[in-house]
Amino acid sequence: MCLAIPGKIVEINGDKAVVDYGGVRKKASLMVMPNAKIGDIILVHAGFAIANVKLDEAKEKIEAISYLSEAVREEKERISKEQS
Amino acid sequence: MNSYITNITKNIKKLLEITGPVKVMEVCGTHTVEISRTGIRELFGNQLDLVSGPGCPVCVTPNDYIAKALWLAKSGVTICTFGDMIQVPVNNESLQSEKAKGYDVQLTYSPTESVEFAIDNPDKKVVFLGVGFETTAPSIAGAIIEAKKKELDNFSVLCTLKTIPAPLGVIASSPNLKIQGFMLPGHVSVIIGVKPYRFLADKYKIPAVIAGFEAVDILKAIETILNMIISGSASIVNEYKRVVLKNGNRSALQLINDVFTSCPSSWRGLGILPNSGLRISGKYSHFDAEKRFNIPDFTDIEDDPMCKCDKVIMGIIKPYECELFKRVCTPQNPKGPCMISSEGSCAAYYKYGY
Ligand code: SF4
Ligand code: SF4
Repeated sequence: MCLAIPGKIVEINGDKAVVDYGGVRKKASLMVMPNAKIGDIILVHAGFAIANVKLDEAKEKIEAISYLSEAVREEKERISKEQS
Repeated sequence: MNSYITNITKNIKKLLEITGPVKVMEVCGTHTVEISRTGIRELFGNQLDLVSGPGCPVCVTPNDYIAKALWLAKSGVTICTFGDMIQVPVNNESLQSEKAKGYDVQLTYSPTESVEFAIDNPDKKVVFLGVGFETTAPSIAGAIIEAKKKELDNFSVLCTLKTIPAPLGVIASSPNLKIQGFMLPGHVSVIIGVKPYRFLADKYKIPAVIAGFEAVDILKAIETILNMIISGSASIVNEYKRVVLKNGNRSALQLINDVFTSCPSSWRGLGILPNSGLRISGKYSHFDAEKRFNIPDFTDIEDDPMCKCDKVIMGIIKPYECELFKRVCTPQNPKGPCMISSEGSCAAYYKYGY
């Protein structure tokens, strides 16, 4: 239930923002993100922006992140092959 | 094949050879789902026992709260709620079954939406079901502030918000569970930061890692926990720095402190724990459904004795150790919240195997 999704701020009106989630746009409240700017990547939970995503922190992992689950599955298959 | 994942997996195996079998609790339901979905649960065989914790608000909300919501629905109130809550059964009734009978139950994506619904429907008495952890508390606080600004008389919140550190203390101190490491919920931590978890390391000497929700985040957290076990140095490590700040989100914490007061709260599986919940503070009591309606007390409602959700939530048994699992209890015919919530352990084990 605490699922939060990253999106990009494309518009700000007062403490409301329009956030783009890869093509789908929705409103989000900036009540607890008072310094957010247009272009920021933010994390949104239940219509509420709760954090800025710091992409430089993610960099070392980001390449890995896009394949992840797929890769873990492959790793599992590789192990089971090795074992058999 | 991604080399980052291969290397980290290899290293975890090496570390497990040094530590021997290790038991780690993933506190959050979103972690439970990812660990099941990606197959990490089986990646390390018996060497790594990953047990699910109390990290799904739907699962830990006790029956008497659901009974109150049902009572409100039946007295003509419009209930607005997040989706997962509507299936939870109490004495063979649920918000879904009451909705089918014609009572007014609306699903909402955000608390703000339910305020807008109240504005658009001035003839309806709207009650939002305030269920969730620290992650959700700011959005509910925001809705209450919005309602106050608009001087709404037809909006209130039935609040059972919970805070995560207290139950972790109970689990950490349990001599039966013997948890050796905690994977901490990333999005709760976005709000509260690192400090509220310190007692796990300081008092109980259990290492803990704040983790994101990608497979690579989860593997990294496991690696860090194992390294701490080996070096014998327990601390709280933030491995989700791309969104979690040391002090959390200060504005969100201020908002929470303004609208809510810490209180004892009742958890399925754990009972009533001091300082584990948030209630609406006096300043905003106009929007507290408990104050606005004369809701009866339902605390004597019994749990279904066959459903072992209380033990699943505490990590005492695995879902497949419940007699009803898969035989009687399925996502189509759920007997308890852990099978209903999309983040419930039983639902995750059912969907992705075990
Ligand atoms: S994401 Fe939040 S609500 Fe969902 S299971 Fe984790 S801690 Fe619980
Ligand atoms: S399998 Fe069903 S009945 Fe058993 S603990 Fe899980 S939800 Fe409850």
